[in-house]
Amino acid sequence: MANIKLDNLLKSYGDTEVLHGVNGDINDGEFVVIVGPSGCGKSTLLRMIAGLETVTSGEVSIGGKMVNNLEPADRDIAMVFQNYALYPHMSVYDNMAYGLKIRGIAKSEIKRRVNEAAEILEIGDYLKRKPRALSGGQRQRVAMGRAIVREPSVFLFDEPLSNLDAKLRVQMRLEIRKLQKRLGVTSIFVTHDQVEAMTLGDRLMVLNGGYVEQFGTPIELYENPQTVFVAGFIGSPAMNFIPATARDDGTVELQNGDVVPGVATTGTVTLGVRPEHLVPHDKGMFQIKVLMREQLGANTLIHGVLKGTDTEMVVSLAGTHDISEGAEMRFSAAKKLLHFFDATTGKRLS
Amino acid sequence: MIENRPVLTFLSHLILIFGVAMIAFPIWITFVASTHTDIRMTQVPLPLWPGDQLFVNLNETLIGEGAAGTNNVPVWRMMLNSLVMALSIAFGKIAISLISAFAIVYFKFPFRMMFFWLIFITLMLPVEVRILPTYEVVAKLGLLNSYAGLSLPLIASATATFMFRQVFLTIPDEMLESARIDGAGPMRFFWDILLPLSRTNIAALFVILFIYGWNQYLWPLLITQDTNMTTIVMSIKQLLESAEATPEWNIIMMTALLAMLPPILVVVFMQKLFVKGLTETDK
Repeated sequence: MANIKLDNLLKSYGDTEVLHGVNGDINDGEFVVIVGPSGCGKSTLLRMIAGLETVTSGEVSIGGKMVNNLEPADRDIAMVFQNYALYPHMSVYDNMAYGLKIRGIAKSEIKRRVNEAAEILEIGDYLKRKPRALSGGQRQRVAMGRAIVREPSVFLFDEPLSNLDAKLRVQMRLEIRKLQKRLGVTSIFVTHDQVEAMTLGDRLMVLNGGYVEQFGTPIELYENPQTVFVAGFIGSPAMNFIPATARDDGTVELQNGDVVPGVATTGTVTLGVRPEHLVPHDKGMFQIKVLMREQLGANTLIHGVLKGTDTEMVVSLAGTHDISEGAEMRFSAAKKLLHFFDATTGKRLS
Repeated sequence: MIENRPVLTFLSHLILIFGVAMIAFPIWITFVASTHTDIRMTQVPLPLWPGDQLFVNLNETLIGEGAAGTNNVPVWRMMLNSLVMALSIAFGKIAISLISAFAIVYFKFPFRMMFFWLIFITLMLPVEVRILPTYEVVAKLGLLNSYAGLSLPLIASATATFMFRQVFLTIPDEMLESARIDGAGPMRFFWDILLPLSRTNIAALFVILFIYGWNQYLWPLLITQDTNMTTIVMSIKQLLESAEATPEWNIIMMTALLAMLPPILVVVFMQKLFVKGLTETDK
């Protein structure tokens, strides 16, 4: 059990800086998901915590101890890799026992731990098999088992679900979450999938281009995104962004001249509103020309443009709706569900 | 193929059978010659079917005096010499190239690529090219007429180093990272992970290198004067030369047959691993 502290972590390869000072405190027993688009530096960050990448500057502490210069094996961590990285020539049992053997742990203790982990993960029947005789999901379990038997104070997951098919992914996602709750081990999970991130994490760290955009609970990120990037990244379908101009009276004017209550500011702003927060309303402030609709059963997606502009809009309505394509509709949203961002910096305007 | 063209099938089989006969016929003649007396082998026409002298000739060749007029040691001794040389070369080459490929792939050190290319360009310097300076070195080290002298200069191998480098490059980086997290040091990783994973490649290479070592002719000829150190491949030529009278074909052919045997055995017994090592890509 340990907390993790990231203090101004910086990573560069030669002249290229890929992480520009990451800060974050991860509490004991917490499940933190690092999420971001590919190339944002999330895997690099995880590997720096694991000790597989050197730290250019800044500090990583695990359990109050600075670990910058420790070998991965000495950091009391366990890692699950994207392609599982099982040793192909060893049986499942040996794969799980290998790290313990190197540590010089007694045979009987190794056996106890491996059997215990195998029972938790329901892979007891495969202990004698080689990894190539296992399915993707089973390999995934073995990889997790290898992490569990170490009894580490931190679990690190590097996109462990991305090699599984969609159904299995959802199932394993739940299992990882349950397992982590049960073992209570501090965990860091890297993914590019925001749904995975939202469902797994106690807290999410959204990375973009090597910067932390926001670090908070899933609901905080959903309700109170601090930047345009977070607003667009979290939630599906993605938030609608409408360019607008602030007026003196605390309202904003859309490009088509419609006026929407806003925030006290000046200049151009970006107005954000989630598709599921738009409701049909006779006097609604958003006039949308419907171009296409998608019936998903539980909800209906309406794709269109803001009337008089070419700003694309998506509306998600619960249930089925018979809306003809080409129709013009008005929608409104509660004022507290409107988000305003500075058009140039992308930062939230409160 | 699902095609069914009898003429084509017949033709291709004909060509294949002809090819097999081209290779097999001289070997058959060698075998036949080794089963007759020396007198029969000087009469025409030469026999095409085996005689009854196989074990007599075998005994004479393997542990007896061998061909008359030579001062050769018995063939078993020459085979032993060849075996020691071939095995030392094969194991030595594999060991050295495994270690150098390990260094080149997994360690960062200054001029790493330069060293790699230095090793690589030794491909252009086989023993035959550097034979005089190598002889000089071996002689000065006092290694003439020794197993070390026979095998050491042939052990460094660019080909094998290059092959193992390619093998190691196909092993995913995560394997190394996983081992690091498990707490395996570099040598432990080499021993526990890399070696078992290159097992089939090692076997394939062993077959090639054993045959290479066994068939060495020029180098052993140069550095062994002591007849006790003669290798079997060298001796076949000597048998032909030293016989002032008619060559004793039965003995010569028996020696040739015995010289062929170990490489064949190695290929036969390691065939499965050999094919696997050259074709298997599942890491």
